[in-house]
Amino acid sequence: MDPVRASAREIARAVNAREVSALEIAETMIPHAAAVDEHLGAYLTFTPDLMREHARRVDARVAAGETLPLAGVPAAIKDNMCLLGTRTTCASKILEQWIAPYTATAVGRLLAAGALPIGKTNMDEFAMGSSGENSALGKTKNPYDLDRVPGGSSAGSAAAVGGFAATISTGSDTGGSIREPAAFCNVVGFKPTYGRVSRYGLIAFASSLDQIGPFGRTVEDAALTYDAMGGHDPMDATSVDRAFETTADHLREDLRGVRVGIVKEFATSDLAPDVAAAYEAAYNDLVKLGAELVEVELPTAKYGLSTYYLIAPAECSSNLARFDGVRYGLRVDGADVGEMYEKTRAAGFGPEVKRRILIGTYALSSGYYDAYYVKAQKARTRIAADFRRAFEKCDVIASPAASAPAFTFNAKSDPYSMYLMDYYTIPVSLAGLPSLSVPCGSATPEGGARPMPLGLQLASPLFTERALLGYAHAYERATQHAAKVAPVQVVTS
Amino acid sequence: MATERIDVRGVARLARLALSDEEVERYGAQLEDLLKHVDDLKQLDTSDVAATAQVIESRNVTRPDVITPCLAHEVVMAGAPQAQHGFFRVPKIIAEAE
Amino acid sequence: MRDAYEAVIGIECHVELKTHSKMFCGCANEFGGEPNTKVCPVCLALPGALPVPNAQAIELMVKAGLAFDAEIPAFSKFDRKNYFYPDMPKNYQISQFDMPLTQGGVVHYWLSDGTKKSCRLTRIHLEEDTGKSTHAGSGDGRIAGSSYSLVDFNRAGVPLMECVGEPDIRSAEEAVGYLEALKRTFVELGVSDVKMEEGSLRCDANVSVRKRGATEYGTKAEIKNMNSFRSVHDAIESEIDRQIAVLEGGGRVIQETRGWDEAAGVTHSMRSKEQAHDYRYFPEPDLVPLELDRALIERIRASMPPVPFERFERYTEQFGISVKQTTQLVDNPPLAGYFDRVVAICNAPGAALNFVLGDLSRLANESGTPVAEGKVTPAALAELIALTEAKTINSKIAKDVLVRLWSDGGSAKAIVESEGLAQVSDPGAIAQFVDDVLAANGDSVAQFKAGKENVLKFLVGQVMKASRGKANPELVEALLREKIAAR
Repeated sequence: MDPVRASAREIARAVNAREVSALEIAETMIPHAAAVDEHLGAYLTFTPDLMREHARRVDARVAAGETLPLAGVPAAIKDNMCLLGTRTTCASKILEQWIAPYTATAVGRLLAAGALPIGKTNMDEFAMGSSGENSALGKTKNPYDLDRVPGGSSAGSAAAVGGFAATISTGSDTGGSIREPAAFCNVVGFKPTYGRVSRYGLIAFASSLDQIGPFGRTVEDAALTYDAMGGHDPMDATSVDRAFETTADHLREDLRGVRVGIVKEFATSDLAPDVAAAYEAAYNDLVKLGAELVEVELPTAKYGLSTYYLIAPAECSSNLARFDGVRYGLRVDGADVGEMYEKTRAAGFGPEVKRRILIGTYALSSGYYDAYYVKAQKARTRIAADFRRAFEKCDVIASPAASAPAFTFNAKSDPYSMYLMDYYTIPVSLAGLPSLSVPCGSATPEGGARPMPLGLQLASPLFTERALLGYAHAYERATQHAAKVAPVQVVTS
Repeated sequence: MATERIDVRGVARLARLALSDEEVERYGAQLEDLLKHVDDLKQLDTSDVAATAQVIESRNVTRPDVITPCLAHEVVMAGAPQAQHGFFRVPKIIAEAE
Repeated sequence: MRDAYEAVIGIECHVELKTHSKMFCGCANEFGGEPNTKVCPVCLALPGALPVPNAQAIELMVKAGLAFDAEIPAFSKFDRKNYFYPDMPKNYQISQFDMPLTQGGVVHYWLSDGTKKSCRLTRIHLEEDTGKSTHAGSGDGRIAGSSYSLVDFNRAGVPLMECVGEPDIRSAEEAVGYLEALKRTFVELGVSDVKMEEGSLRCDANVSVRKRGATEYGTKAEIKNMNSFRSVHDAIESEIDRQIAVLEGGGRVIQETRGWDEAAGVTHSMRSKEQAHDYRYFPEPDLVPLELDRALIERIRASMPPVPFERFERYTEQFGISVKQTTQLVDNPPLAGYFDRVVAICNAPGAALNFVLGDLSRLANESGTPVAEGKVTPAALAELIALTEAKTINSKIAKDVLVRLWSDGGSAKAIVESEGLAQVSDPGAIAQFVDDVLAANGDSVAQFKAGKENVLKFLVGQVMKASRGKANPELVEALLREKIAAR
């Protein structure tokens, strides 16, 4: 078994069978990930000592007779999730030197399941962005074309798994931050139902939308990772207290009897011809697996962007108020405390973060609150209602995960054109639904040198993770799209 | 939802962000652009619709009144930009209350 | 001149709730301690930390509301109040904006002369306290002129309720009466310790004056920095005088915040310019709404002791106890509860009051053990009172029995019986003592016969002594007279 190429399932099986030790996996992965990352820039921090420590712990537990679902699986952690004793930056200058004094619930559960922390991954600052370019601390490149973005905001987590610098990774998704980079990096990225995975220890962007989820090179690996992280947490009042349904042991091989909704308003004619063709082919593949395609309507989905760009900034403007130079993080001195705040935050936050703080502050301010924030919350109600109606006619909705494959660096200088990348993922997020992106082919972008991966977004009703991952698994097994495109040479060699 | 000129400095003051003149111009233009885009929400009828603050319908989530361990003092102060006698030190407070 | 004006006062109080842990985390809710030792990721607002509400704090809020007949709405939620201040870790306070846990209600209270008054409540809402800043470099600890501040977050996140009163109060005395009623009620219900010196009750007063008979309100000033009921009284008095002087001088009162300067005995303006606050309230997305179970509310209601005002009315109107003694009892809820239990058994409030505020309180003070925690159970005291009322024992013996009960516990009746302390009212038994005393005190008998009526008291005393206090004194006197006359 090659620990670099193997799936999480294979590694865990081998470690649990004591065919290979977790420490051997770690010793292979530590230098490999570092070497690949010279080109990829997926990581902000490596944690080799911690990885070895966890490997030894896993080996001891396995030796004592335990079977761990992720025994010895190298995992990368998005740098907006706290891990005790490690630098946790949100890719922001304001937290550049901050050492987390506690561990996020989801990360703690992942490590308890036997995963080994390789390091913390780069991201758009405070998870605000769709390309990874908003990181203040590093540049992450797409493992399928180093001139292109990996997507965002979970840029490093998607790139690390796509580039074989991690087996699995954690991401967070607010409006598409797992699904879009998963599509760009040829991996599976899964955002569970809002409230399924604890947010305790996830540095908040927009509290009512943020949700942690896994990346894996297979649906099964994503499912195993989700099963380890998910479930109720008393430390998060928005974590749902209902029976947790495991997924990895319920994956399916066909789609017989499954009604797949194709959204009338998401016409493929809006896409580039070869991208459109790839999605049409994907929908046909679903039919070949036994699914029935039905047209569903989401008339309010087009209001998703506007709704999202009021609600998410409003929440972020308040969530990010705690970064003030008083208790931790960057401080730039001032003559008085007010000046200190203003200088600290001016120096500590990048342009996109400032932009969203300003939008959100404005949307909540006196005189505009009803017209913007309340209006957006009501629009959110209607969008969620549209999905509920659509799911009366279908079991799962299929659509593109992003409107185009990965673009080149600095291609989207206008903020709004960047926001449009998440056109298909945002309405799903507003409704809180479980959804994922699974590789579904490739297309060569205009001016591009090689074919770039595409992702199929599948979204299903609240709390139907088990069914959703099952559909994705059937599609993945039948099509094997991930294997049809190869990462660039430096990554594979 | 008119696209009037936004008092960017006033908004930045509420958000405690120092902005240069150039930033005021740039962010002002971008904000106005975004507000033009979100103006489309006006076309959406929400007259008989309740606002959604949370998509999940949980209620009454509480914790029992039980004491749990605090962080060790040195851990609390480890990240402090400036500390003195176990306190966080901040520059003088120009209070609204003088 | 002051008679021509009427003051209109509304009071807002912040009261820290008496819970074990903080509002949104498990850190201890305790006053004081070394700085920054009672904090965790949540109350320090570390990145990624999330709040979870304390169930007990919500229950205490319901109690507070029910005590004043407030409505407990079917739906309530938390909101964020956004503003930056160094002692507020998140730079927003989790509070309640438009859907508080309690709405309306009325606080009944009384003045020192027994006059009953009431003040309507607007609402009581639940929020979290801030940390504390110490201002340094100015020499006097005041914020003005300080060169830096030191922040301690131990208090940050302590559950705090804000009681907003309607402007129904008309004088400084009423304001104090109202605050005392709040304090008594919260202490009685175990909602708060209400220690002003520890800052667990803080209040602001909105004060305006108007010509007597006017219906429009005058312009109000908000008074802050009042650290005791005394200072609330003095600050309001001073502010009323100031506003009347302004109006009489032809000026007009401006709407502003004023601080109470205890040493100078005056209020002073705290804001040079009125800052427009924009708190940007919005629903707290880290928390879910509250829809309290009606059955839970009824359970809480059923578990609540009578509010102090109910006691006040019962004691003064049914029992005829003086306002002063009533207040003394009501201000000591365990003692009042003890008193109520005694009266419930023996139905003799006057005698019970004398014991409870008299000998029993003295014994409690001497030993340092509160009455309600001592060994004299309400049943034992009620029994003692019944024995006294039935003249089974006299008051002197009753005092002795009480001392025995205090030190050893047990039943009054058992002590009386085992010690043979029951009053002896059998003339045959007493006659023997009388004969002995008369025989031994021939001189005194002669003096009495010669007309010195006072000597009889001495002789009664001698008989009582001989009977070890048990003889019925009235019977002793009658027998003495009879036997002397017969000599």
